[in-house]
Order: sequence, then structure tokens, then C-alpha cells
Amino acid sequence: MDYTPHTPQDLQAMLERVGARSLLELFEDVPAEIRDPELRLDPPLSEAELMRHLRELAAQNGSAVASFLGGGIRSHYVPAVVPALAARAEFLTAYTPYQPEASQGLLQAIFEYQTMISELTGLPVANASMYDGSSALAEGVLLALRESGRMKVALSQGVHPEYRRVVQTYADAVGAEVVTLPLVEGKTVPRLPEGVGAVVGQNPNFLGTVENLAPLAEAAHAAGAQFVAVVDPVSLAVLKAPGAYGADVAVGEGQPLGNAMAYGGPHFGFMAVRAELVRQLPGRLVSETTDADGKRGYILTLQAREQYIRRAKAKSNITTNAQLTALMGAVYLAALGPQGLREVAVRSVATAHALAERLAAIPGVKMVTPAPFFNEFVLELPKPAEEVRRALAERGIHAASPVPAEYGPKAHGPARPEGNLTHLALFACTEQHTEADLERLEAALREVLA
Amino acid sequence: MEYPDNLRYTKTHEWVLLENDGIVTVGITDYAQDALGDVVFVELPDVGEQVDAGEGIAAVESVKTASDIYAPVSGEIVEVNIDLNDQPELLNTEPYGGGWIFRIKPDNPADVEKLLEAPAYQEFAESQ
Amino acid sequence: MIADKPEVTVESALIFEKSVPGRRGVLPPKAPEVDLGALLGAENLRPEPPRLPEVDELTLVRHYTNLSRRQIGIDVTFYPLGSCTMKYNPKVHEAAVQLFADLHPYQDPSTAQGALRLMYELQRDLGEITGMDAVTLQPAAGAHGELTGIMVIRAYHASRGEAEQRRVVLVPDSAHGSNPATASMAGYQVKEIPSGPDGEVNLEALQAELGPHVAAIMLTNPNTLGLFERRILEIAKAAHAVGAQLYYDGANLNAVMGMARPGDMGFDVVHLNLHKTFTVPHGGGGPGSGPVGVKAHLAPFLPVPQVVRQGEGYALEYDRPQSIGQVKSFFGNFGALVRSYAYIKMLGAEGIKKSAALSVLNANYLKELLKGEGFRIPYDRTCMHEFVAQPPEGIRTLDVAKGLLEMGYHPPTVYFPLIVKEALMVEPTETESKETLEAFARVMGEVIRKDKEWLEGAPYTTPVRRLDEVQANRRPKLRWGE
Repeated sequence: MDYTPHTPQDLQAMLERVGARSLLELFEDVPAEIRDPELRLDPPLSEAELMRHLRELAAQNGSAVASFLGGGIRSHYVPAVVPALAARAEFLTAYTPYQPEASQGLLQAIFEYQTMISELTGLPVANASMYDGSSALAEGVLLALRESGRMKVALSQGVHPEYRRVVQTYADAVGAEVVTLPLVEGKTVPRLPEGVGAVVGQNPNFLGTVENLAPLAEAAHAAGAQFVAVVDPVSLAVLKAPGAYGADVAVGEGQPLGNAMAYGGPHFGFMAVRAELVRQLPGRLVSETTDADGKRGYILTLQAREQYIRRAKAKSNITTNAQLTALMGAVYLAALGPQGLREVAVRSVATAHALAERLAAIPGVKMVTPAPFFNEFVLELPKPAEEVRRALAERGIHAASPVPAEYGPKAHGPARPEGNLTHLALFACTEQHTEADLERLEAALREVLA
Repeated sequence: MEYPDNLRYTKTHEWVLLENDGIVTVGITDYAQDALGDVVFVELPDVGEQVDAGEGIAAVESVKTASDIYAPVSGEIVEVNIDLNDQPELLNTEPYGGGWIFRIKPDNPADVEKLLEAPAYQEFAESQ
Repeated sequence: MIADKPEVTVESALIFEKSVPGRRGVLPPKAPEVDLGALLGAENLRPEPPRLPEVDELTLVRHYTNLSRRQIGIDVTFYPLGSCTMKYNPKVHEAAVQLFADLHPYQDPSTAQGALRLMYELQRDLGEITGMDAVTLQPAAGAHGELTGIMVIRAYHASRGEAEQRRVVLVPDSAHGSNPATASMAGYQVKEIPSGPDGEVNLEALQAELGPHVAAIMLTNPNTLGLFERRILEIAKAAHAVGAQLYYDGANLNAVMGMARPGDMGFDVVHLNLHKTFTVPHGGGGPGSGPVGVKAHLAPFLPVPQVVRQGEGYALEYDRPQSIGQVKSFFGNFGALVRSYAYIKMLGAEGIKKSAALSVLNANYLKELLKGEGFRIPYDRTCMHEFVAQPPEGIRTLDVAKGLLEMGYHPPTVYFPLIVKEALMVEPTETESKETLEAFARVMGEVIRKDKEWLEGAPYTTPVRRLDEVQANRRPKLRWGE
């Protein structure tokens, strides 16, 4: 089925008015040899048939009673009010708010979102959103390079490995050099290369360790570079804001704020900067202003940075962003408030510590993440992580995603030559996990490792 | 629309004043500011920068457009108008005065003589 | 708080202005008492909590519900925004997405076979619709897809030792701004090609710029005037003759989806905007999805991972040594992929072709109606899914747009493409009925017949009237409470 309302009578009347005998005649500008090709697609489905087909596909995905997977995407609870409000058709089916008189709802919601991100990050200016955490970081790095006028990036090894790969791809495009700052015992070594323009650290880092990034920020500034912090938004309920330890730019992944995991997207990326960098920011920005009657209103501003005005000289090519998922983030933050977000953070941390204690007590399992850690941690298992993840999945639990070999002994602690590089596995906890969930995971892991 | 006689002009709508100290002051013309509308931001070059004639070295933004400002002569940027950071509207209100943008020490002061005189620029601008 | 600001009605007060210390909304499961300083290091803790709003759930619900009433979308009114393809977003897609909400990108692929099969089939179907040999679903938006496509082209040239030699990307002057922005973001010099008098790429001007220094030509077809580039096969031949790659900006694919395939036109790379052509809701500006399709010679350079068949099942393949790498974490905006997959499965080949054809019919019909109302059509021939109009001499496009808002319609795209003065770019899409088009045309006619003073003051009854953009740009206020 399709969604066109034309009756045969409509068709005839409309074709007559435009002076065409058939629909195909409207395509006469298309060279005949390529016009109206055969298309090999499945036969069309009705809505009922489609849903049945999709349910069958969904059934081919294994279901789990609990997910302890992490890496910045986690099974935090999404309150019902979040999708209920974001799914309002006026938000869902609107385009970018270029006509402010008809878009005050979204514009005000974005202004409020910008304020919330500014509060979390401790930086005064936040944009309206980026695609996700990884691309927000890549854009943050490009911003830092523009500002410093240099072409070298130093990335802490503590930054999510997928994010680093994305930065590498973007850097390759502009010919910038990428250097990795090793993690030693869970902390970034702040030894910066000559001529560095952008320095990046992550807190909590990929191993889950809460890293004090102030020394890295200081080193960056001493070297004439901009400092970019990758942060987890839930952690900012209790951890120091990046603005407080010298970050020029803060970016992160917004999924934990009211967005379903959705096999990795769509979520949203957030980005905030110090005031002086506002004109270097990529993406949309909303400002308060007044209307012809002196009434308060909101409007997109500083648009001369963007591609549709600045074309080849734009700060970025970003156009579509992640407005609806960022709106879900804002609704989530308002639904929980400062106290609720703190409780989510505290419970996630406490549960992760309890889980780490349980699992590290299993024979052959070693804690890898150096203290202090937040709500994700890495264990070294006596079997390959890949194998363990699958065996746990068969027991209805998602956990133990493999951690890249680069996070071997050197990165996490005193040299331990016995460390097996394929045996590192990541675990994460959220406020949803119960004591019973921890017990179940522990029992399953004991069984798998036995 | 004003086209002061004591200035020289470019076809990219900059005005140029050769001062007694041999330094050249540059801004955008009355015609240009009118075409741009309300100026909201001016991106200034860096003092000490060596620039080539015709090179885009600054930019002026209005709400819906952005235009490059080109160096009318080659030389070194010796001063920029930092008042424009807080008051970009000076380009609209005083294009030939408080709205000046930067000053260049020209490699060759005679280059200024090659630029348009007021009547020629006026004719050019009005034909746009 | 609200009383101190007489201009702020309760309805438009910020969520922060409705905040009351100690008020709670959603309560998470009880958190244990812990010594955070001991667990996380006292020096790492923030001294003050972030100042987030403190509201009860009903206040929250009313706040966002009332905001939504100050917003219009496709579900509210006709939204003929050119180059944006504001077609109906089927409700069944929102239900479909829920079936996949709880999948984590790092779960064992054996437990995500349904999702992987969906992606695999979508890669194949999008390849079939565009005439391309391989597709990546990873880019998160159209501009992201553009960047990916241009990076792939660069990697291809580099593999032939031509990276240094090919430094220029050609774009027509009618191009979307994202094309030059992308090329320059990928480190290329951008050269604009003037359009010919017929609104199409000027083949002679293009030939003059072509050479072994050109990496790619980026085109939209139909172009931003809504015209099909009739010499496309010659353009492709000319590009390939000098070793340049031809890039297809898929923003306007809706017109020709299933009716003419970019691959058959001679394009080497195409990006799609799933949020336009394949009806992912725009969500107020995103999230979208920007898959990229390529011909076989470029396939080795696509981002990792690719979804591949493996025995009876499906797998994520990372081992692709010539790949440009990753452009986004994980596998793409999966939720958007589900919606477009559902759309293609429901329409099938027949529905896809019919939708394209009716988008073209609707555009031509509306063009005729607007002409009848007194609008000028600068390039008046059979258009594709959209067309560019101008108001009668002496009336500003901006005022037409604001007048339309007063009449309850979302205006067309204004002042684009840049090569037409006072442009109104109109794209009705195939999901609008004959009566809607007729009603809109009548209102457009009414608007241009209003007196000047009314037009310049419009809108009047919208939640706000014209806003002071100069103030917002000179002294931006980008957050509350500063």
C-alpha cells in the first residue's frame, strides 16, 4: 500500500490541467534508455502484513532479562512521559524551525535544552545537538583545530575506541595528524607532542575510571591547544563539570538521557563551549529575542556560521541534527530534576561497585579498571570475552562485550605479562538493576566459566 | 548614498584611505552596508598578518548573509578596529568613520593609486 | 517569578520559571546511602548540583504539550517546503520502531539476527532503487552521507596515487549549501559552475573546468530548480573521461525514486536522505539518516562495519583494509532504518514508482494553479517534484511567507536557490490531495492580493509576531538565567 490520496478522477483532472496524457509523460526529460527501469523489490505489504513480518524479524533477536552492556549506551530506564511528550505530532513531524512564528514550541524547547546542557557541562554555550557522541567529538576536535590554527590532535587512550576511530576518519579528511596519549594505570599520560592544537580526554574513561582531567587540560593550555572533554551526562549529576576543570569544549553521548538503546541510534550528541568559541560552534543555536509587540520569543541565530549561508566557508556541513532525540533528553532531565538524576547516578555507581565485587570474587576473574570507577568497568576473564558474551546471552543476559586488546595490562595497571588480550570484557550498571539481577549474572558467569 | 571624493574604492566595495603616515585604512562603502542590511558581526584579521591584494581577509555578517572583505592592496595588517566586536552596527551608522575595519601598511603605497576614484566607483555601484 | 515578567504569559514561561525547589517529577528506584567521596574521590565531585528544573509530572506534561501547540508539523498543516520532502510519516513506522527499542549495539550478533537481516535487506533494496552496487547505512544525516561519500572518493583517488593531483570539487551554483560545505570540510577546493539559461548545468562551462585536477562533481538531479538535468548522460561521460567521480546529492530523489536510477544516470556515489525520500519524520530538524550507495569500484572504501551474509545468518564485517574507517559509532541511526525498511516493504516497486510520479504530478498541478493566481515561474517547463516561483513584481517573498503563516500554512522554502531572486521553492509531495493543493493555491493568491501594510506586518495571530533577528545576532542570549 502507499499513502497517495489520488482517485482516478483526480488523476484525470490533474493530468488534463498540466497538459499530460499520462504520468509517464511527465518524465520525458529523463533519457528514454534509463526511464522507468525494472525494480526488483519484494511485493508490497498491507500494514497488518508488515507488522507481522517485523514481529517475526524482532523475534529473531534474542531477548534478555537484563542488559549489563555499556560503552556509553546503557539500559537506563526511559520514563513513559518522555516518549509520550516527544511523540507529539507537532514535534515529530516538524522541519527545522526556520519560520519562528510557527515554531516557538521547538525553539523554546531547544533554548531550554541548551540551558540544561550548559548546566550539566558548566560551560555557557551549548548548541541544539549533534548526531551522536562520536561525531560531536569529531566536530569538537575540528573546532579546536580551527581555533588553535594547528593540525595535530592528541587523543587520550581513555577515549572510547569507536570515537577515536571516527576522529581519525575526520582528521584524515582534512590532513590532520592524530596522536594517542597512552593510559597508564587508568590515567592519561599528559605528555603532549609538539604543535598540538586539540587535546582530548574522557571522564569517566573507557575503562570506567573517574579520571581527574585537570592536569591534561593544564598541559593542553600550556601547549597552546584547546582542551576537549568527552563526558557522560548521567555522571555530571555528581561529577565535576568539565567547565570547572578547564575544558574549552565538552561533548558527549545523550542516549542515557531518556533514549532507548535502539541498536545504537538514533540518539543525540551534545556539545558545549566557553563563550569566546561561540562563533566557531557547528550546528544550530537558538537565542532569546523579542517580537514586533515586545513579547519574548526564540529564534535560530548566528546562522552565518552554517552551510546554507556560508557554503564552502561554513564551520561544518551539519544540517540535520538530532532535535527530537535531544528533546527527549531535555524532557528526561526535567522529569528527573537534579535530585532524580543524582539518584540515577548514585544507584548506578553503587550497583556497579556491588557487581564488580561479586564478579571479581569468581575464580580466575580479575578486576582491570583502576579505582575510582563510575558505573562501567572492565574485567579480565579466564575465557575469551566473545565466547563468554555469547554463553551469557544464551542464559538470557547481555553482558561482557569484548574490549579491544590495546587496553591490555599496560593501560590498566602494573605490567602483568599473564594478561590475556582477548579476555577483557566490559560491564555496566544502571539504576534499573536489582540485587536479583546481579545474582543472576553472577550465577550465569560462574556457570559459563566453570 | 555617499561616495566621498578623498577615498579610493574597489569593485568588491571596500573603501581605502591613504593616510599621511603611509598607512592605508580600509572599510566597506555606504553602498555595501546598505546592500548587506543590519551588520551583526565582523570577523577581523590578525594584526601582523601579511596579506595579498585581492585576498579575503575579513568577513562581515548580516542576519542572512556573510560577505568576505578583500585586502585592497598587499601589505601588513597593522591595526584592526576592535570597537566592532561590541558595535558591529558602526558599519551601518558610520561606514566611512567609526566603521573602519583594518589598517594595512602597504608594500607599495603607489598601489592605492590603481584603485577606483569616487565617480568611477559610484558609476560601478549604481550599475549593480 | 512569572509575575515579575509581565511579558511572559504562563503558557510561554520557561520550564525553569516553573521550577520550585524540592518538587519532584519521575522518581527513580531508591538509591542506597553511599559515601560518594569514598567511591569516586572527593576531589572529583561537583560542589553544587546542576540547576535542572524541579517540576512535578503534570506540570511537565502541560509544559511540553503547550509547547507543542505553539508548533506546526505535517500532521497539522500543509508544509510545502522545497528540497525537504515533507511527506506524510506513516504512524505504523512509530509502532515498528518499538519492536527494536531494547537492542544494544554491543550485544552478541547471534542475538540481533533480525536487526542485522533488516539492515542487510535495506542495503540491498536501497542499492536496487538507486542502481548502486554497495550501500553503507552508517551516516546519520544527508550532510554526513555527503561527507562519507566524498571521503570514499578521496580514498579511491588515493588508492590510484591521484590524491595529490585531484584537489578540486565542482558544484553548480544552484547546489545545496551542504555540497560546497562538505567538499571544503573534506579538504577540497570548491569551484562553482554557473547554470545555463535553461537552469541546467552549463555543459560548456563544466567542460572548461574539467581536468585531471578534478576529484568529483556534485550534482542534484532533479536540480534545485526542480528540473531534470537532461544532459546527465553526457555530463557523466565528460566527468569519467578525466577520471573524476560523479556524486549524487539524494535530497531530491523523491521525484525519480524508481523512475530513474542515479546509477543508471552514470553517478558513482549517491547519498540518500531517509528523512526525506523514505519518510522518517523530520523531528524538528533530526535525527535523520544518510545512507551512501556506490558503484563496485568504490565499495572497498565504504565505512566499517558492513552487514554481510554469513552462512545462514548475518554478521558485521570489520575486516575491510581499504575502508575509510568509521564515520559514526555503531551501525547508523537504526531507528530511522526500521522506518524506511517498513516504507519500502509496504510500497514495493509499484508503490515507489507511483509515489514518485504523483509527487511530480502534484508539483506540476500546483505550479499551474499558482501561475493562475499571478505567481511568476522563472523556468516554466514540466518540473519534477518541486518548482521555483516568484511573487509578482514589487512583493517580497519574505512577506508572502509571513502572510502564509497568518493563514495557517507553512510557507515554501524561501530565497533558495540563490540563482533566483525572491525565490519560493515549492514541494507539495505525493501525499497531498488535489483539494489541499487547490486550497493552498487560493490562499497564496489571497496573500499576494493583500495590501502592502497588512503583508509587511504579518503574521498577527501566531504565538509570536516577527522577531528581532538583529538583536538575536548582535547580542545572542543562548541560555536562561545568565
